[in-house]
Amino acid sequence: MKYPDFNQTIPIDEVGVEERVSRLNKRSIKKDSKIQALKMALSMIDHTTLEGSDSPGKVIQLCKKARQPHPAIPDLPTVAAVCVYPRMVSVAKKELKGSGIHVASVATAFPSGQAPLSQRLEDTKFAVEEGADEIDMVISRGAFLNGEFQLVFDEIAAVKEACGDAHLKVILETGELHTFENVRKASDIAMHAGADFIKTSTGKVSPAATQPVTLVMLEAIRDFYYDTGKMIGMKPAGGIRTAKQAIQYLVIVKETLGAAWLNKDYFRFGASSLTNDLLMQIVKQQTGHYQSLDYFSND
Amino acid sequence: MSNTETKEAAYKPTSPNSKLDFASVWEYAPAPQDSKFAEVKEQYDLFIGGKFVKPSKGRYFKSTNPATEEVITEFAEATQKDVDKAVKAARKAFEGEWSRISAKERGKYLYRIARMLQERAREFAVLESMDGGKPIRESRDVDIPLVAAYFFYYAGWADKLEYAFPGKKPEPYGVCGQIIPWNFPLLMLAWKIAPALATGNTVVLKPAETTSLTALKFAELVKDCGLPDGVINIVTGAGQTGSEIVNHKDVDKVAFTGSTNVGKIIQKSLAGTDKKYTLELGGKGAMLIFEDAPIDQAVEGIINAIYFNQGHVCCAGSRLLVQEGVADKVIQKLKDRLETLIVGDPLDKNTDIGAINSKEQFETVNKYLELGVEEGAEVYQSKCNIPDNGYFIRPTLFTNVSQSNRVVQEEIFGPVLTVQTFRTADEGIEKANNTPYGLANGVWTDKGSKIFKVGSKMRSGVIWANTYNKFDPTSPFGGYKESGVGREGGMHGLAAYIKN
Amino acid sequence: MAEERIDVKKTYKMYIGGDFPRSESGRTYKVFTSDDEFLANACQGSRKDFRDAVKIARGAFSGWSSRSAYNRGQILYRIAEMLEDRRDQFMRELGPIGFKTAEAEADINAAIDRCIYYAGWTDKYQQVFGSVNPVASSHFNFSMLEPTGVVAAFAPEKSPLLGLVSLIAPIIAGGNVCVILASEKYPLPAITFAEVLNDSDVPAGVVNILTGFREELAEHFSTHMDVNAMCYTDDLPKEMKKMIDENASLNVKRIVKRPVKDWYDEAVQSPYFVTDFQETKTTWHPVGF
Repeated sequence: MKYPDFNQTIPIDEVGVEERVSRLNKRSIKKDSKIQALKMALSMIDHTTLEGSDSPGKVIQLCKKARQPHPAIPDLPTVAAVCVYPRMVSVAKKELKGSGIHVASVATAFPSGQAPLSQRLEDTKFAVEEGADEIDMVISRGAFLNGEFQLVFDEIAAVKEACGDAHLKVILETGELHTFENVRKASDIAMHAGADFIKTSTGKVSPAATQPVTLVMLEAIRDFYYDTGKMIGMKPAGGIRTAKQAIQYLVIVKETLGAAWLNKDYFRFGASSLTNDLLMQIVKQQTGHYQSLDYFSND
Repeated sequence: MSNTETKEAAYKPTSPNSKLDFASVWEYAPAPQDSKFAEVKEQYDLFIGGKFVKPSKGRYFKSTNPATEEVITEFAEATQKDVDKAVKAARKAFEGEWSRISAKERGKYLYRIARMLQERAREFAVLESMDGGKPIRESRDVDIPLVAAYFFYYAGWADKLEYAFPGKKPEPYGVCGQIIPWNFPLLMLAWKIAPALATGNTVVLKPAETTSLTALKFAELVKDCGLPDGVINIVTGAGQTGSEIVNHKDVDKVAFTGSTNVGKIIQKSLAGTDKKYTLELGGKGAMLIFEDAPIDQAVEGIINAIYFNQGHVCCAGSRLLVQEGVADKVIQKLKDRLETLIVGDPLDKNTDIGAINSKEQFETVNKYLELGVEEGAEVYQSKCNIPDNGYFIRPTLFTNVSQSNRVVQEEIFGPVLTVQTFRTADEGIEKANNTPYGLANGVWTDKGSKIFKVGSKMRSGVIWANTYNKFDPTSPFGGYKESGVGREGGMHGLAAYIKN
Repeated sequence: MAEERIDVKKTYKMYIGGDFPRSESGRTYKVFTSDDEFLANACQGSRKDFRDAVKIARGAFSGWSSRSAYNRGQILYRIAEMLEDRRDQFMRELGPIGFKTAEAEADINAAIDRCIYYAGWTDKYQQVFGSVNPVASSHFNFSMLEPTGVVAAFAPEKSPLLGLVSLIAPIIAGGNVCVILASEKYPLPAITFAEVLNDSDVPAGVVNILTGFREELAEHFSTHMDVNAMCYTDDLPKEMKKMIDENASLNVKRIVKRPVKDWYDEAVQSPYFVTDFQETKTTWHPVGF
């Protein structure tokens, strides 16, 4: 048999997960290791705008910020990707040409996923044709909670096929899955169905990314790696606004999966306001002065 | 559908033996805890009758920081005359002021101690780590907060004792002689002093000779709290001093925490007397990991069970018993987890495992490491860097061991875990109970009914189910069999200080 | 004139594992009335008899301790019923050893009532002395009592029935098993009580009663490594107490000293006599989804 029986539940103890996270949060990241972490976090950002009001103008500004986060510091990395709706992919693609920054697009009737599969696949193909390097899909949470694991699996596999060469990030929308066991199961389904990344949230549902949920997903990735040798990426998204949080996430990754995951190929932050907080902290580390947002562009 | 229908084979991982790499692209920079504000004097005297007094023979012994092997201060050696003085002071206080104070007011002194400890928590944490080698993360987040919590908890009991002993009129013994170990110096002091005072006793306490610093700092705090003279007396010294306390005629009750060997000596020397005693002794805790356990949390629980406080924990989960079906996975995960443990400077905020408490203990643990190999065990140690100076030992796993190995039977009191497997619950329980100890055991399974069954069959005073090494002032703690007599903590802990 | 009937005298043996064996040593000693007239031979239990009894008691521990509290209560009540039933027999045995009729009656009544007293505690002490502990972390934490295990005890010398019953009842009410050395001078009521136990649904091995000499057995009682607790109810000679206490340290035996002057005193019955032979077990479990 190629896949585990998804009807079997892998037990997860909530209190144990929270204790582990709180212990990891005790890591004190100072000096050089802090600067390194801040820059690493910056390089892992999927700089995101996913609003109904997004326009080419807004997306262009976002892309410019992505290319040049803060001109005052010369040796900054760029963010990993810009994440937009499918209709904005071509705008972003053009704006980011030559930068090495990927264009990621949410697809599959984001954020609810409540559209016929055919339309969701069309949505995906459209984004890919427009030039998206990465597709962020949502799973059918309703079907999942209804126990239709095979359906969820098949849909992910179908989207993966529609992606072609584009990387697939599978959004579990953990805020709607309610238990760690469900998060774990959805992670396993997604990875076995072909996800390149698993991602916590759309950012449209509360709670979005949390550290305990991220830890559970990283542990799923670890087991998948132990079992198959394949490395799957992780993307917490939504609610990560501060450099301090970002560093805590990096600690969790480092101590759960190790060095190989500490780069943008295997770890991303889905965020928008995080970028400037990272920049402020980097400047603070360099100058020793606490910073004001007035000195950082707000694109 | 018939049962004979050929079932599709279950999912089997392809097991490519994936190795995680923790040799990092991103190292944590040193994150030292500021320690300058924590004052250490060059020399400490005995605390008797509310005053710091010189030892009668004028002898002092040095105390070293086990992480640096540097001398940090020296403590007075209390001899028979000093102990006698301390017991007299305690008796005087018991018969005098302390008995005249109402229970309510007595409680308020304990509350005051709790509050004052909270105010100076960081200072005590730093000193505890410097003197004993435990990581600041633990002294800051576990030891000292619990110390304050124990005083706070027992403070409230002082004027409510009749509710703890239905049908009895609770009365204190009088003078309690208390001897505490070096693994949780101030916490063990709190476990002893808080219930003793709440019930109206007075105490003569001896901290361990390698870790007396926080006890004497505590004595300073007691002075600040304005406790009547002689209610708390602290005498320092080694085993001989302890023996003077145990054998002093005017001590009514002895409370000891330490090794089973010394516990037996104390029990023996109290033979034929009417002195009461409670003993908190050694252990060789087992953790049963069942196939249906939450494995990742279990692995973390194991780490917490054996590598907490360098494994210097009487209730440490030092024997891992894992069900065969998940043994490989658990061991693989454990080995990877070991690589992320940081061993080193106790005062670095990122340190997970600090220094072994003393040279003597360092040698003992190393002897067991050699012994394990001689007995044919496979050794796994993490590859982490350890400092050149000081007493450090890498977290260690022994696999391929059995019940007949000494490393499985004997309390090592260091960061050393033995790993065995079992097939059925009965076999696991039998192995867990196959020891003269009975302090604590762990069980990991997602099945509620199994927890209750296994928990009720394991013979120990504490059962940690799907968790390990948790402590709380409301929770009684103590052993079955050779792990001790009596309980400390919670309502049950009061009984140790009440005449029966 | 009818021939005088020769009555049939009872052979008093020990009670081990639900059987009534003689001492493996083959030894007996003479038991006398309070007027120094020969009454019967009692077995002089040996070190090996004690060893056998402990082994059997250990074997009975798991079953007895896992009986429901309700069931243990019923069995203790049943002991009371059977005691009541054998009242005459005890009257006949207590008389010759110095009990006046009224005293013997009072003794038997008190022994019966004591069984009932502890029968009632079996399913209650846990509620009174157990606790749910409000720990600060996300854990459910509770403490309950569990029996200490195998208890060895010296029964009181001067109260061969009531004292014995008062000693045994709280030990077994709490799920322990025991090996008791009967009153040395007046062992016969103990053996008759063993017959009561044997008729009362008490599982074999839960209570084992030896007869013999304290002086000979004290060392073995106190040094046995599979005995978890040792109890003496009389003030023993100083040296014997000291030896027992010292030997107890070999395996950290719990020593329960209960020198009782007056077994009729209501203060002699107490749930604390049950908890003296109990261990507190505290269990933690996370609380979460």
